[in-house]
Order: sequence, then C-alpha cells, then structure tokens
Amino acid sequence: MNQDTFVLGGKEFHSRFILGSGKYSLELIRAAVEQAGAEIITLAVRRTNTKTTENILDYIPEKVTLLPNTSGARDAKEAVRIARMARELGCGNFVKIEIMKDSKYLLPDNVETVKATEILAAEGFVVMPYMYPDLYTARDLVNAGAACVMPLASPIGSNKGLATKEFIQILIDELDVPIIVDAGIGKPSQACEAMEMGAAAIMANTAIATARDIPAMAGAFKSAIEAGRVAYLAGLGRVLERGAEASDPLTGFLRD
Amino acid sequence: MGENQFFIDSKNLSKESLERKHRLENDPSSRANHMDYLEGMEVISSDIFDKVLGEMNAYDYEQYTAADVRYALSKDTCDVEDFKALLSPAAAPFLEQMAQKAKIETSKHFGNTVYIFTPLYIANYCENYCVYCGFNCYNDIRRKKLNFEEIEHEMKVIADSGIEEILMLTGESRGMSSVEYIGDACKIAKKYFKNIGLEIYPVNTDEYKYLHECGADYITVFQETYDSEKYETLHLLGHKRVFPYRFAAQERAILGGMRGVGFSALLGLADFRKDALASALHVYYLQRKYPHAEYSLSCPRLRPIINNDKINPLDVHEKELCQVLCAYRIFLPFVGITVSSREQKHFRDGIIKIAATKVSAGVSTGIGDHESKYSGQTEADAGDEQFEISDDRSFDEMYKDVAAEGLQPVLNDYVYV
Repeated sequence: MNQDTFVLGGKEFHSRFILGSGKYSLELIRAAVEQAGAEIITLAVRRTNTKTTENILDYIPEKVTLLPNTSGARDAKEAVRIARMARELGCGNFVKIEIMKDSKYLLPDNVETVKATEILAAEGFVVMPYMYPDLYTARDLVNAGAACVMPLASPIGSNKGLATKEFIQILIDELDVPIIVDAGIGKPSQACEAMEMGAAAIMANTAIATARDIPAMAGAFKSAIEAGRVAYLAGLGRVLERGAEASDPLTGFLRD
Repeated sequence: MGENQFFIDSKNLSKESLERKHRLENDPSSRANHMDYLEGMEVISSDIFDKVLGEMNAYDYEQYTAADVRYALSKDTCDVEDFKALLSPAAAPFLEQMAQKAKIETSKHFGNTVYIFTPLYIANYCENYCVYCGFNCYNDIRRKKLNFEEIEHEMKVIADSGIEEILMLTGESRGMSSVEYIGDACKIAKKYFKNIGLEIYPVNTDEYKYLHECGADYITVFQETYDSEKYETLHLLGHKRVFPYRFAAQERAILGGMRGVGFSALLGLADFRKDALASALHVYYLQRKYPHAEYSLSCPRLRPIINNDKINPLDVHEKELCQVLCAYRIFLPFVGITVSSREQKHFRDGIIKIAATKVSAGVSTGIGDHESKYSGQTEADAGDEQFEISDDRSFDEMYKDVAAEGLQPVLNDYVYV
C-alpha cells in the first residue's frame, strides 16, 4: 500500500484523507494529522487572521500541504481574488475553488467554478474545484486545467452520505483526473463506500469535528478509507444474478 | 495460424508492371516508409495513436484466466482490463454468458431496434496495392466511376425501395474520385436520403468539413490492421500505405464537424484479438476526448475477391467473431455495431439478437448494378465488386426478417443539422 499514491499538481500524496475546513479546532487538526494521517488540510482564507494572536496557520504542521479555499466567493471574480490573496499570504499554489450563491444549502455554482478554474489554472495554481457532480461540468473543469474534480456527496455538513452516488460513479468512470469526494460524508462507512467505487480521496470535516471522541473518529475514518481503497484495488466481487441460464441459448446459431 | 496467398498476377499486366509488382511484393526496401506522411497529408497533434498502439502491443491475451473472465462478466461496468479478458482465449467457454450479458447491454442502449441501410459504391478505381482487396490497382477487374446521372439513378432505385440511410463508397483514388466529385454525390444523396455516410480514402480536416457541408455526416475508415509491421506487408503501394495518417482519419473527421465516425479492423489479416482490442480502444480513447461524437464499430472478416477465391478469414470463425462482438458490446455498450453482408444470413439473424444494431440490405459491392439487383436486368458495363457478399437479401426481405425476429427495424433516427 505504500506505493499506492495519487498526484495533484506534481505532488505525490499517500494519505487519501483530506481535512475540510468547516469546523476548526486545534484538537481537530491534531487528530486529522496524527490519527487520520492527513497530508492536506483545507483552510478558509477568510478565516486566516492577520491581526489577532491566534492564527489557524500556527496549528498546521509544516509537512502538511495547505489547501486554501475560496469560501465566501459568490462568483468567479471573487474566487479568483481570494485565491490570489491566499498565494500572497504564502499559502502556496494549491487552491480549492468554492463558489456559492446560496447561503442556505451552500451548493456550488458549477458555471462560475469553471470560469474561475480556467483563470487560476492559467496563473499556475493547482486548482481543486468543488462541484455538483455533473459530467459536462466535470469535463469543462478538466479542460480548463483542474488538477482533480471534487463532487459533493450530499449537501455540505449534512452527513447524509452518497446521495449523488450514481453521478459520482460516472465521473470516476469517465475522467482521467482524481475524483475526490467532498461534502456530505457523515460516517466512515460512507467514506469506505466512496473509496470502493474508485474515488481517489475523501474530504471530510463535520463528521469528525462533531464526533464525541474526535481522535477516535479520525482514526475510524483513516481505517475506513484505507479499507475502501484496498477493496477497490482488490476488485470487488459481485453478487451473481440468480436463475439458471436461458434454456434457449443465444449462440446456438453459430457454425464453422 | 496459416497464411493467405494474396499475390495474384494478371495476364494483362505489362512486363514492366509485373516487374514492379513483384519487386513490391518481394523486396521490402522497394516500398516507401509506411510511417512517413506524404505531401499534402495533414498532421494533427494527438495522443490517441500512442495510447492505442501502446496498449495493443502490451496485450498478452494468454495471461488471462477463467477467473478474470468470470470477474469481468460479474461487473456492472467493463473496464479496459475486463475487456482484455473477454477477448482472450480464456473467454471462449463463456460465449453464451457473454452473449446473455451483451444482449442486456444492447437492449439497455438500443431497445430492440435494428437499423437498416444500404451501401452504394460509386467508383472502384484505386491507386493502392492492398494485396487482399478486389479493388487493388494490380487486380484485373472492370473499372467504373458513375457519372452524376448514374448516381442519381442508382439513388432513386435505392430510395424507392424505402431505404433512408445510405453509405457511399469509392475505391481509394483521389485522381479518379476527387473530394469535389464525392461532395457533389453527397449533394445528390441529400435529395433522397436522410442520413449520408461515407467510406472513402482518408482526407484532411478541411476536406471533411467540406464534405459535411455537402451533406455527409458519418465517416467510416477501416484501419484494416493496427499491427503496423503487418500493415506494411499488406499495403504495398499508394497513399493508403501511410499508416498513421489513416489512423488519425476519424479524429480529423470529428474536428471537421462530422457527427459520427466508424472504425474497424479487417479480421483475419493479423492477430484478430489484438486488432479487436485496438479497434475498440481507438473508439474508447476518442470518445473520452470527443464525448459529443457518435461512434460505431464494424467487424468484417476477410472474404474471397475476384481472381482470388481462396482468401479466407483464417482463425476467425463464427465463434471467434461472436466473441469479439459480445466483448465490443459489453465494453462499449453505447456504440453502434454494424454487421455487413460479408456474413451469412444465419449469422446476421443471430447476432442482431445479441450485439449488432445495424445491418445492410440490398447490397451490391459492384459499381452501377443496383438496378439489376432490383429489377433483374443485367447491366453490361457495371464495374466489378470489391468482395463476394454472403447475404444478398433485399431491403424488403431484410425488413421482414428483422421484424420476424421480434425486433424493430428502423430506417432513420437522425436529423442533419
């Protein structure tokens, strides 16, 4: 399993757990890194304090890749601005694009996300777009230079699991970039299921942040994601269809 | 696997021609480099060639086991590895299971419909020496190119039978059948048919664009074999010898605005499992790159030609052909699969219930002889045919036979825009 890695922006990652940014605490970050083995941690640029004494950046270990996101952006222009700010702040070249025009469900705006991806990829960012799982948008994102595609499993923070399963499977089957399932994963079993389907990685936050025992839940996610990955690589056996073969064979006509 | 004896000398060739022919056949150094583009051939930048050829060259079908085949058959979606297993010798004992699965996939995507079309050969002049082909430039056959009046007449005869989709074919001669000539034929065809496909020599993107504007919307190019070394020994002379230019034809056609593209290897020329793999991967990778286009596969086997009745498809028997077609269907459930009149009635009737979605009817591979097919009159100056057909059912008969199998014959599902 040590050789089983995935690549984003030329950088190789071993851990397939990515910590999202919704609920932050020192304990959560520590648990994500130590118990879940996270190598990528998302960071909401709008929450990086520049004045007060407590800065979230101080809690993130050096070896972890920072993934600033553009939450708060309502269109491509705002997302581009936030991404540039993140780079100015020294957060590196990675950026997760999040553009929401709906403050109730926080669903991503696919059209604006494609626009922002095109601009930021051209500027050398490693663009990781959060999106609603739509095949055409996903292709547009890849063509625009996205390093991966991050479809939502269900509404963010809902812990409802793989409500969009069939559509995420299509993205996994049809695209050549890593598919990272983001948003809505509420339990380790759901993370495991997404990995069995062939997802490259899982991003989660709320499920761990709201657990009674954060470190234990972080560890549970790590195990579930690894189990799902191994199952995917091993090739899942399927339940055989019931019933005997047709009595009238289809191939009875063949000669010579 | 045995070998076909392709080389046939005509008594009517001059001494000089015969010498050249023999030199081409026996002395590889007398042939042009088949990987070099000729002047005027457009080069497009594409990663498809390396992907397809890389996979094909690495394909070792003997390594697949019954367990791999069972696993492939148990899955919801068939990936490249599964497809390789289904094409392997290990899958032969699972042919019936493959057919059952293929039938389900076919009906998911096509219901119970079967498309019927007719091919129309408008010229049989050819500038190439492809040793297995009846049209090859050294083969002593009656040559003919229909003039526009004759084309219109043939089309009327065909359209009157009820056919709405036509596939126009030529021998591969730019000199005798220019792009303009073919374009003008398309304009005539537009008056009689709703869907016009072309099977002509490969051309450049701008020429595909022109032909599209003339009314054509579907381009079929057979690579014949994807084994470059074998290809070199079979296509000894002419522009068709340029292997990579032919390979990129469908991609140029898509870039030129064609709605759909068709592919095939001529099974029996080289290792059929590798050729079947490459044909399907050619579709697979292009579909991922151009998901808006439509794709179809054919599966011709070698047939006897005029002056050489011994040519045969060697180790590709009906069972192997059926295996290839089921594997195609399971791997690419959305593509059209055409089974031509090279195959016999019993095979075509059986395979449309499993995997094929398109059959030809009222077929003549000769030039200018549809009239005789429909009226019984013989045309004294018709051009000779490309190969012998095995199923000479008329459109009416085919329509009735398809319906009698419980399938729905469809003549058109398409609008030119």
